[in-house]
Amino acid sequence: MGQLVQQLINGLTIGSFYALIALGYTMVYGVLKLINFAHGDLFMLGAYLGLVTLMGVVVNLGAPASLLLLLLIFLIVMALVAGIGIVLERVAYRPLYQAGRLPSIVSALGASIFLQNGVMLLYGARYRTYPEEFKVIVPDVIWEIGGARVALIQLLMLVIAALLMAGLYFFVQYTRVGTAMRAVALDHDTASLMGIDVYRIIMLVFLIGPALGGAGGMMVGLYYGRIYFTLGWSYGLKAFTAAILGGIGNIPGAMIGGLILGLIEALATGFVSDAWKNAIAFFVLVLILIFKPRGLLGERVAEKL
Amino acid sequence: MGESSLKDLIGRLRKLDERYLYSILAALVVLFPWIVRSVRWIQVVNFFFVYALLGLSLNIILGYAGLFQLGHAAFYAVGAYTTAILSSRYDIPTFWLLPVAGLLSAVFAILISRPILHLRGDYLCIVTIGFGEIVRIALRNDASSLVFLSKIPGLQFLEEKLTGLVITGGPNGIFGINRPAILGFTFRQQWHYYYLFLAFVVFTVFAMRRLENSRLGRAWTCVREDELAAETMGIDTVRVKLLAFAIGAAWAGVAGNLYASWVTVIAPESFSFWESVIMFCIVVLGGTGSIPGVLVGTVGMVVLPEILREVLLNIQQWRMLLFGAAMVIMMVFRPEGLWPSQRFRRQLELAKEAVGSE
Amino acid sequence: MALLEVRNLTKRFGGLTAVDRLDFEVNDGEILGMIGPNGAGKTTVFNLISGIYPPDEGEIRLNGQNLLGLRPHLITEQGIGRTFQTIRLFRNLTVMENVMAGRHCRTRAGWLAAILQPQSQQLEEQRIREEAERHLRFMKLYEQRAELAKNLPYGDQRRLEIARALAIDPQLLVLDEPAAGLNEQETNELMQLISQVRGSGITIFLIEHDMKVVMGISDRIIVLDNGKKIAEGTPAEVRGNPRVVEAYLGKEE
Repeated sequence: MGQLVQQLINGLTIGSFYALIALGYTMVYGVLKLINFAHGDLFMLGAYLGLVTLMGVVVNLGAPASLLLLLLIFLIVMALVAGIGIVLERVAYRPLYQAGRLPSIVSALGASIFLQNGVMLLYGARYRTYPEEFKVIVPDVIWEIGGARVALIQLLMLVIAALLMAGLYFFVQYTRVGTAMRAVALDHDTASLMGIDVYRIIMLVFLIGPALGGAGGMMVGLYYGRIYFTLGWSYGLKAFTAAILGGIGNIPGAMIGGLILGLIEALATGFVSDAWKNAIAFFVLVLILIFKPRGLLGERVAEKL
Repeated sequence: MGESSLKDLIGRLRKLDERYLYSILAALVVLFPWIVRSVRWIQVVNFFFVYALLGLSLNIILGYAGLFQLGHAAFYAVGAYTTAILSSRYDIPTFWLLPVAGLLSAVFAILISRPILHLRGDYLCIVTIGFGEIVRIALRNDASSLVFLSKIPGLQFLEEKLTGLVITGGPNGIFGINRPAILGFTFRQQWHYYYLFLAFVVFTVFAMRRLENSRLGRAWTCVREDELAAETMGIDTVRVKLLAFAIGAAWAGVAGNLYASWVTVIAPESFSFWESVIMFCIVVLGGTGSIPGVLVGTVGMVVLPEILREVLLNIQQWRMLLFGAAMVIMMVFRPEGLWPSQRFRRQLELAKEAVGSE
Repeated sequence: MALLEVRNLTKRFGGLTAVDRLDFEVNDGEILGMIGPNGAGKTTVFNLISGIYPPDEGEIRLNGQNLLGLRPHLITEQGIGRTFQTIRLFRNLTVMENVMAGRHCRTRAGWLAAILQPQSQQLEEQRIREEAERHLRFMKLYEQRAELAKNLPYGDQRRLEIARALAIDPQLLVLDEPAAGLNEQETNELMQLISQVRGSGITIFLIEHDMKVVMGISDRIIVLDNGKKIAEGTPAEVRGNPRVVEAYLGKEE
């Protein structure tokens, strides 16, 4: 029983990471009908930028390691990744909106390769670790609940992720700009006829999505302590599975999808087989697309015949 | 402008008596191993041939039928591993395994594509990525890793059968694959393989040309243009799409057989998502649906990096970085590919006109 | 003799009943027109006949053969060719290739024959071309045969769609608003063309808003309103029918 609860908690934690990344995929797809293959790498960038900034500020500048500082650095990292996201859209995607699907896919793949190898060149091919010094920010406190062990850091990650997701949800549902975003996701032409600047909205999506992904990256770095330049690939595809599971284009769907996928993966690791855990995630993806392509909450994706 | 004078040059080249050009080209191709005596470069060209076959096979699925397939390496893997397992374990000659590899890949393709045929472009893309990864993971994990299934009530007997069972050789793959042999002659040197692969590529180009302009080829184009209209005009779209997958996969399986018998050692990492990306890019960057395009694309994706490696040694580190950048730049400036099929170019020109007139 | 029999045909989309217990026949060799206000369910009827989606209730029979559950390409093979309200040509294919596509279900060469090109396949290809040319000449599109479909003027596109449907060698030709967007001269030419098609032995079932066309060439007309058949008869009978007038509120072109 303790095993089960343990895996559930682990699952929720991993799940919230997937959810944060999935949101980026789903928002971009909702507004552009484009799969941003480079999104996973933006998440990976967040992990590296987080490391670099923390190192720079704490180790080199000697600033006092505190929770407040950590949150501040989160914001900085999110802003940096968001900036890169906007450049990405401008350079690799915008010129291709009229050119059809295939060139966009190749361009996205190219951008992904560029980012991955850029990071590899800058920071090395081996994995990097978030140094021990950071442990003082988040003390190694562990509680026992129902036979399972919950770490303070896990709780912290869950809280931050929840806040970010709640913030996004309210933004999208209850603000004018958020509504404009949903309008653009439904129909570009009608939205622009209603006076919405579609390109502005697209830019906004490429700001928020990567920001969330970047936050997720930094969280993964803090949580697991170890990061490598192929992080984007392994998390990216699974996060995309999560987005599809929830219904691509659907924001609450991405959140739910992420959590569910995290749970499935944790249960698979704990009770089935570690070697197959990725294959199980892909298998879930395939099954969903075959039987319920809309996902749990989403739109029609199959051809009408 | 540089662009138009280049076009002039190509235009003039094209008008030159085709037969004259083709004979010279043919002579060069046939005599290549004698002209360039370096084993290394013949090897590079052999790589070109294998990827050309893969690109042409994907071109059927992606280029003709318009089905987004980013997991093509899986079909390649089925052919290669079938050959590897049957050859190294049961000592069956690899030439006999050619049709087996092709057939098995085709059957595999039909089985996995049937349930996903109804999906729209991007979604098909993602599913194929998923399939590709599942295949690679399965190859890496091997049958013994399935031991956990014996925990399911009723399946305890599996524990004994699966523990330590080696089929795919796990992450290290399979070695000791037989080289192709016919009438007592065994292919051993790079230049032996050169002629073998050349023959296959020539045959493939020939066969593709014929497919392109046939009833089936037209059906694929119609399905790509407007699936509903095609179905209503009497074209069995399910059958046509399955055929695209099956034929494309069969050819990739054949390429897998040739590859396995050439390198004699194969491992799962040769059939990763990255390989599928290479094949995908060969088709799109070269010119979707165009046979010369695929060949040019293969040169760009396979031969060019090798040439650059020789010429600019220290570029090694930056190779992939430049690669990624090149992909983006290529698509932004020439989305129709290097040697586009007539159709695609017209489509894009008209799309640009439409935007311009807004 | 009924070529097409439709009995009790019903189709619901969510809460909306688009087609409501429809009963009618298309007789062999006739031109049957279907009219009705917008939203009456006419195109839905066509889509049900084509097999694009299944009916909730009812039967559709061609020559006594039940069409229910058959996929659209099989229904086409049985002998029904159609055009679409919004023109669904293969835009990036040439005029010739569009019409050749219609011959697909009447020919057999598969992938192996395509590669090996035996005598039978070559003959078949030649015949496909000849048939396509014949239909193009009939529709007066032969001159434009190498032109891309999307570059054709609107009127020619409509004719091309008909040519493509005719290439199927249908028993029944189903036309969805063939005169939409045509000018007066083109409309007259269309009417002549349709008569000629009927003259060659093909039965015609058409939806049209242009009253001159419908009244002018139809042998019989059925009138739909809100998914139900409200009138049926010769053009004269239908024109005078008060229920029809009421449905249209006196609209007439």
